[in-house]
Amino acid sequence: MRNISIMIVGVGGQGTLLTSRVVGAAAVKAGYDVKMSEVHGMAQRGGSVITYVRIGKSVNSPIIEKGEADILLCFEKLEALRWVDYVKKTGTIIINDQQIDPMPVIIGKAKYPDDILEKIRGKFSGVRVIDALEVARRLGNIKVLNIVMVGLMAKSTEIEKEIWHEAIRETVKAKFVDLNLKAFDEGYQLAGGTV
Amino acid sequence: MKEILLGNMAIALGAVHAGVKVVSGYPGTPSTEVLESVVQYNRDGRIQVEWSTNEKAALEIAAGASYCGARSMVTMKQVGLNVASDPLMSLGVIGTKGGMVVVVADDPGPISSQTEQDTRHFGKFANIPVLDPSSPEEAYEMAKYAFELSEKLKLPVILRPTTKVCHSSGTVETGGSIYEYEPEGFVKDPRWVIFPPLSYRRHLEIEKQQNEISELFDSLPFNRIEGEGEYGIAAGGVTYAIVKDIVEAFGLKVTLLKSGAVFPPPNGLYEEFLNRVQRVLVLEELDPVIEEQLYQVMAIRNLQRPISGKMNGFVTPAGELKFDNTLKIIEKFLGVEMSDTAVTPPMELPMRAPVLCAGCPHRASFYAVKKAMHGKKAVFCGDIGCYTLGNGKPLEMTDTCLCMGAGITIAQGIKKAEPDTYAFAFIGDSTFFASGMTGLANAVYNQTDINVIILDNSTTAMTGHQPHPGTGRTMMGTMTQKIDIYSVAKALNVGFVERLNPFDQEKSIETVKKAAEYEGVSVLIFEAPCITLIRPQTTFRIQNCTGCRKCLREIGCPAMSVRDNRVEINDALCYGCGLCVKVCPTGCIQQEVQS
Repeated sequence: MRNISIMIVGVGGQGTLLTSRVVGAAAVKAGYDVKMSEVHGMAQRGGSVITYVRIGKSVNSPIIEKGEADILLCFEKLEALRWVDYVKKTGTIIINDQQIDPMPVIIGKAKYPDDILEKIRGKFSGVRVIDALEVARRLGNIKVLNIVMVGLMAKSTEIEKEIWHEAIRETVKAKFVDLNLKAFDEGYQLAGGTV
Repeated sequence: MKEILLGNMAIALGAVHAGVKVVSGYPGTPSTEVLESVVQYNRDGRIQVEWSTNEKAALEIAAGASYCGARSMVTMKQVGLNVASDPLMSLGVIGTKGGMVVVVADDPGPISSQTEQDTRHFGKFANIPVLDPSSPEEAYEMAKYAFELSEKLKLPVILRPTTKVCHSSGTVETGGSIYEYEPEGFVKDPRWVIFPPLSYRRHLEIEKQQNEISELFDSLPFNRIEGEGEYGIAAGGVTYAIVKDIVEAFGLKVTLLKSGAVFPPPNGLYEEFLNRVQRVLVLEELDPVIEEQLYQVMAIRNLQRPISGKMNGFVTPAGELKFDNTLKIIEKFLGVEMSDTAVTPPMELPMRAPVLCAGCPHRASFYAVKKAMHGKKAVFCGDIGCYTLGNGKPLEMTDTCLCMGAGITIAQGIKKAEPDTYAFAFIGDSTFFASGMTGLANAVYNQTDINVIILDNSTTAMTGHQPHPGTGRTMMGTMTQKIDIYSVAKALNVGFVERLNPFDQEKSIETVKKAAEYEGVSVLIFEAPCITLIRPQTTFRIQNCTGCRKCLREIGCPAMSVRDNRVEINDALCYGCGLCVKVCPTGCIQQEVQS
């Protein structure tokens, strides 16, 4: 059982909090010790949000250092670029191909960086890009883009699909369970998994 | 059964297992989820849980319950304890009966707070024991133990987690049973009435008690020495966990002192630690509390060990201790290089600071006041809540922000010093009930011509939508009478009071102008629910945009962006508030027809 460090980054409101809870619940079910950190309050309001999940046999702190993350799950491209230095050279980076302009860009005081995906691909080989928003839209609720991303990521872990399903059932509100399971399966299939 | 619990949930569960019967608090990041989690564990309603109007009220409620022998808990963030410090200081003298735990969450960084203050000082100030958990697991154990300790000492106990414990999750054994007992009830006794002679007598007793508690803390499992080596590292809180990770990852030969029950200091254990090592590094967030305690032991015991910490500038005095900077400090202390020192140059990326949500009614309220006061000499005093974000570009409608409720009174001070200024104060509904009403009464009483804008979004939005006296809901799940802000303002003899819908911009602008010219205190209540309480009704789209970007310059809605020189609306973010329609000079923004 090797230790795995996962970072989930995005824009406040994109569902990073729920995502980390699903990942954490799945890891506990799979028998790992888990530490994770979340962001609440002021920072959540449309700000840059980052969540750490560390799983392994025994974990003391929830903090991940630069160059240590095995998996970086990014809900937005600029946030992917902002945190990419935290990923190991051999790490996996999964990016939702979505651009959300931060306020300095909206009001014309800054420019949204060009060629983000190319820049990241230039440094890392394990990069996977997906339009999760489109998948979620097709499923009828754009909010589930986070769980589509979890499905995609799940294939990169040693945790079995059934455990992920259980974690989703326990973590999301009852009336959204089916939709979220569907979202997970979509992502899982995109990563080459069978459902 | 092992479950993954948020630190704040672990504290709640610890309290529930300890048989807590009354829980009160006021929301504040990072403490809020403690009380909310108690509600989750309280399906049978055996625990009385309430959001109080502010922290002072909350602490006194918990104290009253403790006087009856019931175990009680009060929750707040660090700045909340400033508000509750009056009852806390006196309670440290009077003491308690049923176990009483004061949960105060500190916020190194600060991430979501006005100040980086360190609650451990309050323990010393009020002679109240302080427990400082390093993980969610330990937070659970400490919460349970804190009730026992409080009952044993007949003193309240402060449980002081920090953000990285409150909002971290860990695996906690949750199968514990609930401690059963029958509270004795309130017994009339002079000990509950604070008078100077009693206060003097208690002071003598409490000072003596400090030494006994210190000895008790020497052998608590929360305080311990691990490993060996002439280099000693003392750490507390989540920093201990980070140091432990580093020590294990790099196989460091150091003596590690963990200080968890941190006040009164475990002096015996500190002395043992100092005797085992040649030099010391102290790693703790916020103030150098453990460091000062170690210096004190050295002075009393005539020991000499060089200490590296905040007091000699070895460790940064402010902000969080993260993995990277902690590792660098340890490397410097040990004189070794462990990490890859190749520093990648930081990327110049556009910042993504928090902003008012798309569709947020505060944006419309700020915009109406901005338009109404255009070209006039006006100061806009803000307060604590989501609407503090009104300071950002392009609105720039928050000129001051100090602490809860201060906007209304700061505006009065400005008006007194600068009578030709239009002094505005913005305050949210929950903050108004917490500490705005006394300020408003003050303005009326002292005849200070200020304009108060109450941003009533029917919830405590910033901390995650807690009910308050104006919502008609309680934390026991019951309905209650709503306290109507309009009637409160009227009852306080405010001469000009009006309710407004901020999305009716024309009427809002016109009314703000009238209120500004009204001689005397005016109160305008902008009523529109927080977007998280409603479903988006519709979305808007832009056709034939001329690219003038007035909408972006004026209101800065996060759902709008420019693509190919045309403004676009992101339908995933738009809530359909329609404020942009009123700003667009060419009428090119239309409501999306739902198919």
